[in-house]
Amino acid sequence: MTAVEERAGAAGADDYEARLQAFTGVELVPQRRGSDPVNVPMIRHWVEAMGETDPVHTDDDAARATGRSGPVAPASMAQAWVMRGYAASVAPAAGHSPFDDLAELLAEGGYTSVVATDSEFTFARELVPGDEVSVSEVLESISPEKRTGLGVGRFVTTVKTYRDAAGEVVATQRWRLLRFRPPGRGPEPRALRPRPAINRDNAFWFDAAREHRLVIQRCAACGTLRHPPGPVCAACGSLEQDTVEAAGRGAVHSFVVNHHPKHPAFDYPLVVAVVELTEGTRLITNLVGIAPEEVAIGLPVVLDWLDADPELSLPVFRPVAGKGT
Amino acid sequence: MSGLSGAAAVAGIGATEFSKESGRSELQLACEAVLAAVADAGLTPADVDGLVTFTADTNSEIHVARNTGMGDLSFFSRIGYGGGAACATVQQGAMAIATGVADVVVCYRAFNERSGERYGLGQADRAMDIGADRAAYSWMTPYGLNTPAQWVAMFARRYMHEYGATSEDFGRVAVIDRAHAATNPAAWFYGRPITLAEHQASRWIAEPLHLLDCCQETDGGQAVVLVSAERAADLPHPPVVVRAAAQGSGADQHMMTSYYRPSISGLPEMGVVGRQLWAQSGLGPSDMDAAVLYDHFTPLVLPQLEELGFCGRGEARHFIAEGNLALDGALPTNTHGGQLGEAYLHGMNGIAEGVRLVRGTSVNQPKRVDNVVVTAGTGVPTSALVLGAAQ
Ligand SMILES: [Zn+2]
Repeated sequence: MTAVEERAGAAGADDYEARLQAFTGVELVPQRRGSDPVNVPMIRHWVEAMGETDPVHTDDDAARATGRSGPVAPASMAQAWVMRGYAASVAPAAGHSPFDDLAELLAEGGYTSVVATDSEFTFARELVPGDEVSVSEVLESISPEKRTGLGVGRFVTTVKTYRDAAGEVVATQRWRLLRFRPPGRGPEPRALRPRPAINRDNAFWFDAAREHRLVIQRCAACGTLRHPPGPVCAACGSLEQDTVEAAGRGAVHSFVVNHHPKHPAFDYPLVVAVVELTEGTRLITNLVGIAPEEVAIGLPVVLDWLDADPELSLPVFRPVAGKGT
Repeated sequence: MSGLSGAAAVAGIGATEFSKESGRSELQLACEAVLAAVADAGLTPADVDGLVTFTADTNSEIHVARNTGMGDLSFFSRIGYGGGAACATVQQGAMAIATGVADVVVCYRAFNERSGERYGLGQADRAMDIGADRAAYSWMTPYGLNTPAQWVAMFARRYMHEYGATSEDFGRVAVIDRAHAATNPAAWFYGRPITLAEHQASRWIAEPLHLLDCCQETDGGQAVVLVSAERAADLPHPPVVVRAAAQGSGADQHMMTSYYRPSISGLPEMGVVGRQLWAQSGLGPSDMDAAVLYDHFTPLVLPQLEELGFCGRGEARHFIAEGNLALDGALPTNTHGGQLGEAYLHGMNGIAEGVRLVRGTSVNQPKRVDNVVVTAGTGVPTSALVLGAAQ
């Protein structure tokens, strides 16, 4: 596979990612009012079922003794006031909502299973009998693809806003679902390349790579270049550092053609090289646009970029035009 | 009175500020503390030849050394068991100094225990390790350079380029190992020698390494017992004296991937070891009657012969082709079959073979062996021994 083909593959992935991310900030569920106002009978059923014993939810005197004007609904009932009945939840949808569009797009990516992972409530005020609660839901974020115990998936985070009849916010709920691909169904997408462990000493390099800049750490005191980078200059002991951008030219110092074992993220035979840059530092990289049998020590190479996945871009090298295949 | 008492002293101390949020890596904290202590002692990092820390520390000696500008290290040691290690780091350093294996030892410990991994929160839900050792893999694994065979292959290719060595030159190491294993009933490949043609025909693992350049994988255990030489004389077996024991880490040392040094066709860390072996023992390469050379992968046997002084740089392929490693050669090597032929026990089975050679009980005993050199892993900070018969 050439770098161009690899890029095309990455561009396809980018396109799907862009379509997913376009949902950020979109109101998935327009404001919808609950079937019944807040009422004492439903509160009573709830607290009995939940084993909730605080009398402020059901006893007028007890509630007044706490300075309230009457019974209040348990905070965690917020969702209950706007739940649709079973029949409504299984009835065919009247129209096509953004919620349905997102679900379809996730299904297209193979994320057909769902499990709730987090619910964080923030309450503005307590609900009292007579309150008419409505809810709307806005998409906050869709994570990059993650490997989880359940399967490969994405965390979809929405914010549900609960309002009273006057339109005032009574509660917000950050709601996180894992939309995942059930293992063993359908073709697995290409595995991601192994993740770099990003820490305070190397993050700048991988950040720059995402911007397609190959940087070399430079001591701010004595100018010594170093790679792999580190927190201290071995030449002078300085803790200050900046970077220079590499010109992107170099030569193969050594190389390997990997056959076994095969990692699912890579095509084999896989050429890995140590390239010495014209600036004098070396780095481990992949060679692209050349057959393994054409690679030789000393081969002049030029920088190219591989967008391996939305989170990982890597500098790779190809033969200088006219060399190699 | 032990040899330890009064042998060493603390000459410098240094620390970072103590905070709840250092804002920098654990490695940087370690380096800052080490640099401060070295300066307090009136020394420079280049004077340091020993490092000791906790097994719990994320800042390996090689990262501290290459960042602070230390060069060769002849002693590095880690102590386990959390905070129980503290004073033992000083004990290790003092023993190294008392015995002359190091002159300047720095003991250190650095962490972001409050802003990073808080021990007080317990062991559940530990975050991804982003310590310096794990982060070092960030420069290779995203490119698919993941395995020891691949790491060694990178050195091997450069070695071939610089010295004209070929895959057959590596293959001769495998052939001799397997020949020795073939007559060792304890060896996995007992009764199964190979030819150079079979080596050449074996499938590629990571070019230029064939399958038969790679050691096997083994389940097993191996232990050795040490007592004083005086005491050993009263025990059943003839004493096998530790004539020299040395560690070595070279400048700009990495784990298996020291590709950033001016030259990557040698094993400078084994050079550090070799110079100490000969200095400690008063012996030299020509005094060695046999060798057990670490052979996880055949190519790195060659630069070991060069670093230890058995031949000149780039000449190991001739030394091997001349038959010197065979039982009737000048330096019978890996008489147990090595890790390619007997077992891959991380080099510990090689120490046992060194003992058998001196005792005269190897299944492939070449002749009288007064002294044998035994090496440990290559491509990493390493170590070696000279074992010898009692005088
Ligand atoms: Zn500097």
